[in-house]
Amino acid sequence: MPAVIHLLLRRLGISFVVLIGVSMLIFAIARVIPGDPARIALGPNATTEQIAKLRTAMHLDESLPVQYGHFIADVSRGDLGISLYTNRPVTKDIAQFLPATLELVLLAGLIMIAVGLPLGMLAARYRERWPDHLIRVLALLTVSAPGFVWAVILMLLFAFYLPLFPIAGRITDSFEITRVTGFLTVDTLLAGNLEAFVDVIHHLILPAIALSLSGIGQAARLTRANMVETYKKPYIEMAQAYGFFPSKIARSYAFKPSLIPSLTIIGLDFAAMLGNAFLVEAVFAWPGLSRYGVAVILRKDLNAIMGTVLIIAITFLIVNIIVDMMIAFLNPRIRHSARGSA
Amino acid sequence: MIRALRILAANPMSLIGLLLVSIIILAATFAPLLAPYPTHNGAIVDFAYANKAPNARNWMGTDLVGRDIFSRILYAFRISLTLGVVVLAIAAPVGTAIGLLAGYVGGWVGAVLMRIVDVFLSIPPLVLAIAMMGVLEPTLTNAMLAVTVMWWPWYARLVYSIARAEREEGYVLAAEVMGAGTPHIAFREILPNCLPAIVTKMTLDMGFVIIIASSLSFLGLGVQPPTPDLGSMVAEGARYLPDSWWLTVFPGLAILVAVFGFNLLGDGLREILEVDE
Repeated sequence: MPAVIHLLLRRLGISFVVLIGVSMLIFAIARVIPGDPARIALGPNATTEQIAKLRTAMHLDESLPVQYGHFIADVSRGDLGISLYTNRPVTKDIAQFLPATLELVLLAGLIMIAVGLPLGMLAARYRERWPDHLIRVLALLTVSAPGFVWAVILMLLFAFYLPLFPIAGRITDSFEITRVTGFLTVDTLLAGNLEAFVDVIHHLILPAIALSLSGIGQAARLTRANMVETYKKPYIEMAQAYGFFPSKIARSYAFKPSLIPSLTIIGLDFAAMLGNAFLVEAVFAWPGLSRYGVAVILRKDLNAIMGTVLIIAITFLIVNIIVDMMIAFLNPRIRHSARGSA
Repeated sequence: MIRALRILAANPMSLIGLLLVSIIILAATFAPLLAPYPTHNGAIVDFAYANKAPNARNWMGTDLVGRDIFSRILYAFRISLTLGVVVLAIAAPVGTAIGLLAGYVGGWVGAVLMRIVDVFLSIPPLVLAIAMMGVLEPTLTNAMLAVTVMWWPWYARLVYSIARAEREEGYVLAAEVMGAGTPHIAFREILPNCLPAIVTKMTLDMGFVIIIASSLSFLGLGVQPPTPDLGSMVAEGARYLPDSWWLTVFPGLAILVAVFGFNLLGDGLREILEVDE
């Protein structure tokens, strides 16, 4: 499919330009810091010589463009520097904590799509009737509170009052799983330990729901709005005149064209989840990027802060490329076009 | 105006939204008069009443040092609303101006501006604010700054897309033919047609700014104690679940009610002003 490949290359090009911009933005934020990063890194007891030495090592005495050049050169070699908090390379720290966050965000994203889209479809099919009103109010309610409020409420209801789910953590301590990918759902299966796998899923459910709630509301609202527009099209009227079942019309004629605009926003919601994961992880003591992120921020650990934000931005760009590719596959106008002008 | 009132009356949910928003604004404005314990706004301790469940004296209970939670929530609304108003008062005009410029003038200026907007939008909003608070001191002013920096691009993109569409409309061409200058066309001709969308977005965004700001303070990166803030109140109480549930549940519900009010009102406005989603 040359059109799709053309589109992929175009998107990769744009993403690359955006990524350069993101690196400049992150660099600019890091240089906003009042005070001397070297002094902050070494603490109040450091001698002048020590600070001067670290300043040279961090290239702090050179001009900003030169400093940025060093930053980019390091990043492109996969070197994000040493974290002052853990005394390890930032890349190692992120590799350790990112899988836990991604596991949570991926499940939350799946829940968002699996629940949000059907809810929006249902609301649109029964538009201006009671299922629609109910779903719209519920959807608006879910987007009206930050993730940590839902996390606290869900935890209180379904971990304390009704002890259906574990209170915190990723896995019961008694299981010992060798780390291969860092994704515990994968690692437990690789170890052939089905009991541990069930335990991991059990731990995942409540935080994932808390994280997905506002996304569900967004997805449902958007799908409904797009479908209601589609329902006004003449071909729907024709399908109705042919006497097709309303459920068939909803699925095949109203939903499909509405899915494409919804997908773009779903990509954005996924990005929001990467941020909101910070809040949900804090409540459920989830050993993901959040605990690390907040810890390094409180210590003004510049390398680690820059590295974490950069990795999150890259993850987000990748997700958006995937979403755009899905749209290209779903949209026959792009799929079949000779030049891929979209 | 009459049409607007009729739509509002026919839509009970937006009326509820208007009611909630009015109550929150009044509660925040008159917090010193309404709060049963106005001094509990600061660093005061009253250990005789520490960590009490809701009762006749303290309707929403007291926190770990004996401060009345209801009073603190009223004061926290002041912080949230002030932050929201300041952020939007800066972000919306800045974003609008940039969006108009990029959308109407277009060309390479527009392309460069919108790529800059793309860069800001490609970092999850909360993460960008967290990163900025990571290098700044956690104060109310800095929290406002961080949230404003991440907020203007959304207005730039919204106005850009409208301005791009309006640029081809007859009334813009007419103004151009009559020799109107760029500022006149951008601000006097195109801007009025962007206003309904901007006003709707600002109403909905009040809710989102409250969410982001409370999220920052929940992580310990926003307004610092003893200043009451809904996010930090939830964070403080979360360690004492489930026994001292009132420490987290009431501030959490306060966020929910306030944001829900702005969202209901914003949805109603969207219908009245006929703005597309």
